[in-house]
Amino acid sequence: MLTSRALVRGLKSGFWRPLSSTSSVQAAHGKDMSPDVLDPSVPQYNNRLDTPLSDVPFVRNLNSEQRQLKEKEKEPWTKLTKEEKIALYRLAHELTYPEMRRGSSEWKTVLGGVFIFLGFSGMLVWWQRIFVFGEVPHTLSDEWVEKQTQRMIDMRINPVGGFAYHWDYVKKQWK
Amino acid sequence: MTWPPQSPDLNPIEMVSDELDHRVKEKQPTSAQHMWELLQDCRKHISAPLAKRCYSHGGKQETDEEFDARWVNYFNKADIDAWELRKGMNTLIGYDLVPEPKILDAALRACRGLDDLASAIRILEAVKDKSGPHKDIYPYLIQELRPTLDELGISTPEELGMDKL
Repeated sequence: MLTSRALVRGLKSGFWRPLSSTSSVQAAHGKDMSPDVLDPSVPQYNNRLDTPLSDVPFVRNLNSEQRQLKEKEKEPWTKLTKEEKIALYRLAHELTYPEMRRGSSEWKTVLGGVFIFLGFSGMLVWWQRIFVFGEVPHTLSDEWVEKQTQRMIDMRINPVGGFAYHWDYVKKQWK
Repeated sequence: MTWPPQSPDLNPIEMVSDELDHRVKEKQPTSAQHMWELLQDCRKHISAPLAKRCYSHGGKQETDEEFDARWVNYFNKADIDAWELRKGMNTLIGYDLVPEPKILDAALRACRGLDDLASAIRILEAVKDKSGPHKDIYPYLIQELRPTLDELGISTPEELGMDKL
């Protein structure tokens, strides 16, 4: 009983804690990263191409220098440096439009996985062919099939629309 | 009473017939000619909301100038608040068009009024994205907005290097 409780506590604090729930990271990102605190009932930040201005800014808990920058924003913007403008943008938005539009290389992984599995199946089929299936019946050997075909021609199998129809009895060859 | 599917009763135009019926009956026509004239007259006075809902052509369509004027007015509101700016911008981006420079000008000034540079830059990014494959729209917009951008000190995403990954 005690050991299991200690185990659960250990797991919670060590292994299972989400990577970014350390307090410093949470302070930097305004939005709550740990899933147990994510609350869909309050306005959230989201990166969407069709919603340029999100309900809340990306960073909500500002440290002192960020707050100073926000104060400077109230003055004419011609006084801001490029870096400050970029910083102000990044406070409000996580990703720029090009960053949102950037695709991933996941398709390569998917395609690779598909080929691996197809290859593996092919290997299985080939192994089966060699090691599981026995010999093919002798009635499928070339010799037998030749004699069989000749017999079928002599018997005039399907002379109207099928087999013997295709044999030219005059020229003794296939039409 | 069971209604068959595709019943003509369920056609929205019937709501207009109903409205016309009431209007004409109010005036109590005295002859067929009189009723015909009343009908012609009342048809012209179908209200815009009813027309929009019941006519398949949607009544009188708003012209482009009216649309632009409406949106410029929206952003030019003196005491526009942050929510209204966001709502307006998100709605505008939802339309199948790239906003005219004068609308964007009003929106950018609204951002200045709200001390929100990030939104101003975001608006420029959004309209560039909205232009899609028509690459000549965005440079035109920037060219038209250049006086405002310089006046307010708004840098374009290109100037800040944010158009690259």
